[in-house]
Amino acid sequence: MDDRPVDDPVPGALVKRHRLSTRLWHWSNALLLYTLFTSGLGIFNAHPRLYWGHYGANFDTAWLELERFPGWLTLPTSYSLAMSRHWHLAAAPLFAFGLLAYMVWSLANRHFPRDLAFRAAEVRPGPVWQDIKDHARLRFPTGAAALRYNVLQKASYNGVLFLLLPVLILTGLTMSPGMNAAWPWLVDLFGGRQSARSIHFIAAWGLVVFVLVHLLMVLLAGPYNEVRSMITGRYRLPRERGA
Amino acid sequence: MRVMLTRRALVLGMGATLAGCDRLARNESFREALFSAENFHKWAQRGLSDRQALAREFRPDQISPIFRANGTANPNTPAYKALWRKGFADWRLKVSGLVARPLALSLPQLRNLPHREQITRHDCVEGWSAIGKWRGVPLRTVLEGAQLSDRARYLVFRCADDMGGGNAYYESIDLIDAFHPQTILAFALNDQSLSVANGAPLRLRVERQLGYKHAKYLMEIQAVASLDGIGKGKGGFWEDHADYDWYAGI
Repeated sequence: MDDRPVDDPVPGALVKRHRLSTRLWHWSNALLLYTLFTSGLGIFNAHPRLYWGHYGANFDTAWLELERFPGWLTLPTSYSLAMSRHWHLAAAPLFAFGLLAYMVWSLANRHFPRDLAFRAAEVRPGPVWQDIKDHARLRFPTGAAALRYNVLQKASYNGVLFLLLPVLILTGLTMSPGMNAAWPWLVDLFGGRQSARSIHFIAAWGLVVFVLVHLLMVLLAGPYNEVRSMITGRYRLPRERGA
Repeated sequence: MRVMLTRRALVLGMGATLAGCDRLARNESFREALFSAENFHKWAQRGLSDRQALAREFRPDQISPIFRANGTANPNTPAYKALWRKGFADWRLKVSGLVARPLALSLPQLRNLPHREQITRHDCVEGWSAIGKWRGVPLRTVLEGAQLSDRARYLVFRCADDMGGGNAYYESIDLIDAFHPQTILAFALNDQSLSVANGAPLRLRVERQLGYKHAKYLMEIQAVASLDGIGKGKGGFWEDHADYDWYAGI
């Protein structure tokens, strides 16, 4: 079956790739996640120890104990738990409701089923292994194929959208004593407030790994073209190698 | 060399961006916007969930082996030491302000009122938690005894610990938390009389909020219509001196 559109864009053509809503959401996420991560490290610095279970303080066994993160990584740059919390708690609802709006919007305009859902053909071992080999050799799709997400892209975007980000938001809420009373199932879901704090920390670093790989891919795929497509929406289709 | 340069660029880039954020946070209107997140969280929690929802109560085998004490470990003022030496026999909890019947309750009087016992988790704003078993008098019982006026909107808790410059610790809660069934004036932790480190002879438990709201070394409860005249007006010592949120449910 040939699912290519009739006016199949030719390599080298400048095409419309990202909608305005996608672009706005992307850059507000970049800003909010940067704020959330750096202020989160500032909050962590108030008690740089992590535990499993319902309780955990200085006399209890920590599974991780760190020095304070340096000022060039934290918001604010000089230690202030109150200011870190103000930044974090102001950015968190903007980010969470932004994600919710994006999800509702993407269901309504069929972005999820069209672009993010796996096709039966692409999740078989053969094509997945091929995609892994292509990535390892830095052979990125060219022409119109570059407009579709490949299976590894889909896997990482789905993992971030439907696992990592919801886990970050829910573990964040689980640390709130008010939310614990309102929604006790949250504490049960993560096995205690201190477990939630640990998972929040791990998921935050998981997101950092995603962002680093994401940036690396942008650099390898051609930063000018990629960044332009996220600012103006226009994207030049990569030419065939050697062409 | 290249790795070093990249690292340096990263450190400088991050440092400069974050320093920019710090400058932004000194702008008065941006600061107000940032601090208003507290109102959103209070509105969301109070408005969208059950105001009477109970904090989780745990089983005895879930109690922390050692309950960490935080903040003032001992008020150490001459007045407090004098009270402590006599086993708090001369200590009285004053209930004042917008009440029809001001009270001065002794420890035995409080112990003779109906008690509530609860095993709850104490969450410090710093991030750690400790579970302990508290016994005390529901604040509601004391407020009903004092006949709280209809004009009262907040309760201010005056404490014995001097935070420097003759400034004693103070905190405040509104009536939603004051009349919540788990809000108690606790005189015992884990079946022992409250230790000095944990706030002897009496401390507030307001279970759905962070630790700094749980005022220790209670001396007086003042019913007020507004927090304007209290300290610098934000309702608590850390709120006034370190920009902590008054609503500490998040």
